[in-house]
Amino acid sequence: MRIGTLKLSYAADESLFDTKVQWVWLALLAVSLVLLPFVAGPYWIYMACLVAINVASATGLNILTGYTGLVSLGQAAFMGVGAYTVAVLEIRVGTPFFINLLVAGAMTASVGVIVGIPSLRVKGLYLAIATIGASMILHFVFAHWELTGGTRGLSMPPAHFFGIALDQPHKLYWLIMPVTALMVLGAANLFRTRVGRAFIAIRDRDISAEVLGIPLLQTKLTSFALSSFYAGVAGGLWAYFFRVVTPESFPLINSIFYLAAIIVGGMGTILGGILGAAFMTLVPEVLKLVVGWLTPWVPDALSLLAPIRTIVFGALIVGFLIFEPQGLAEIWQRIRRFFHLWPFRT
Amino acid sequence: MMDWLYVTEVALAGLGAGALYALTGVAFVLIYKATRVVNLAIGEILMLGGYVFFGLVAGAGLPLWAAIPLTILAGAALGAVVERALIRPMLGESPISVFMVTIGLGSILAGVVELAWGADPLRLPEFIPNTPIFLGEAYVAPKVAYGALVAALLIAVAVAALRFSRGGVALRATARDQGAAYSMGIDVGRVFSLSWMAACATAAGAGVIVGAIGGISPTMGIFGLSVLVVVIVGGLDSVAGALVGGLLIGLVEALAGSFLGGEYKLLATFSLLILILMIRPYGIFGTHEIERL
Repeated sequence: MRIGTLKLSYAADESLFDTKVQWVWLALLAVSLVLLPFVAGPYWIYMACLVAINVASATGLNILTGYTGLVSLGQAAFMGVGAYTVAVLEIRVGTPFFINLLVAGAMTASVGVIVGIPSLRVKGLYLAIATIGASMILHFVFAHWELTGGTRGLSMPPAHFFGIALDQPHKLYWLIMPVTALMVLGAANLFRTRVGRAFIAIRDRDISAEVLGIPLLQTKLTSFALSSFYAGVAGGLWAYFFRVVTPESFPLINSIFYLAAIIVGGMGTILGGILGAAFMTLVPEVLKLVVGWLTPWVPDALSLLAPIRTIVFGALIVGFLIFEPQGLAEIWQRIRRFFHLWPFRT
Repeated sequence: MMDWLYVTEVALAGLGAGALYALTGVAFVLIYKATRVVNLAIGEILMLGGYVFFGLVAGAGLPLWAAIPLTILAGAALGAVVERALIRPMLGESPISVFMVTIGLGSILAGVVELAWGADPLRLPEFIPNTPIFLGEAYVAPKVAYGALVAALLIAVAVAALRFSRGGVALRATARDQGAAYSMGIDVGRVFSLSWMAACATAAGAGVIVGAIGGISPTMGIFGLSVLVVVIVGGLDSVAGALVGGLLIGLVEALAGSFLGGEYKLLATFSLLILILMIRPYGIFGTHEIERL
């Protein structure tokens, strides 16, 4: 049983984890992620890649919404900017993928800063609505600019790594998973720095933060830029993964999906972004399985899949907000506490 | 040289559609005024109204005079249930959380409608007279004209109720100052319930008209996005703003749609939305809230 953590230095206070055991678990997780492509089937590798992409994007949104308190419903459109940048670079220029991903991130970050400018004047709901407007306008650009291939979109060649074409999920896994891991690690460490702390101060009370000497506009725009950078890189990975980018790939409902993912996971925690994105990506697959089992008894079960998915999606958002507003991360903490205090308090 | 007759006809059609936006906008404002909830599910509630009407007329074979009041009653019942089950527990939570709850509710309603009636668009039975209507020389589609007329009538009823009825006064008092209203013996909880019932009933009624004009489909909820623009432009807590905003957005959509092309409709309205948010975030008639530490 553990009764508390004694911290003797500031370094210990701001470290990522408060016990050594957690580092052991993290190492185990890393090893299992490395081993996964050798033991899992193609379907599971495909799902792992998809989860990783969504984790990257959700973590980006978490920086903006969970930590800075600026609600955005434009994450999917930002991913679209990244995906189109990667596709255009891959088709027209043919630069290596890491340059493409970085350019996609930078490009999306600058778009994000422009979209974030209204955050100077409006916040909360109004900002969320402004980002809906921005994503509508971005959609229009995707569908009507020659460079983005209009409504037909773009088909692109696979990424190449020293002459090896990364065209299968089990090869792309080695691109997607490390990039996502790096980005999540970066986000976790961001909140140990001055900028990250400033984000949290703005979330808790922006006027007070300004009184304390945090430049509001600059910090809010930094948050927008960082969050859209994540979205852009995630969008770039998405483009390499599916290799067809169309305006319909990034509808408004996907932005709601990412916001739902961080709500379900737990806003303002790195673990929440990971858990939420994984959970929300896997739930439709589980539903597909359940509906598959029902097919012998319910003849047209497959046609019911789409509406059931919509209902479950909505019910998850509503249910978590009403009954578990801190999300899965809080449930995880509760489980941890249980084991820490066992057997004295159950 | 522009064809002024054509412009007038387009503008009239836009104003007709705008009347429906205004009606749904009033429903939105009713909820926002009383409970400070931004209800993004208003489009889906409207859709459900259209489908319930379809179910009553085409499924159960009820006559019109019975189906319309029943649809509106169903809307009111839905409003009461939603307020009790989903919004009341969120009392005191951050506005964003409540906003997300209504997004979730919209998703649930859209799924339920698709589950019950299928994903294909349906046509409501014809009940609006279709003799052509001319205002001066300009032709107005009869469905749009009658739809706008009914919408205007409903708006008048809603405004009068808000102004003169006991419930309306209670609602306005609650909107002004909840604490004071409570100490004057107004049951604030019941006002919340009442505002949701009235708004959802209005939205369901609007759904019948919208469905009669353009047919019903599970994607009809997109109407809610335009209504969101309407109320932001007009001011979230202003009935007059909803009216002006509704007509304005209807007009802008119709003009952009016929002179630039259908795909420019959303672009035009959302550009207007961002412009308004930049210049006057609280809308044309909205209350400018001052934040203090």
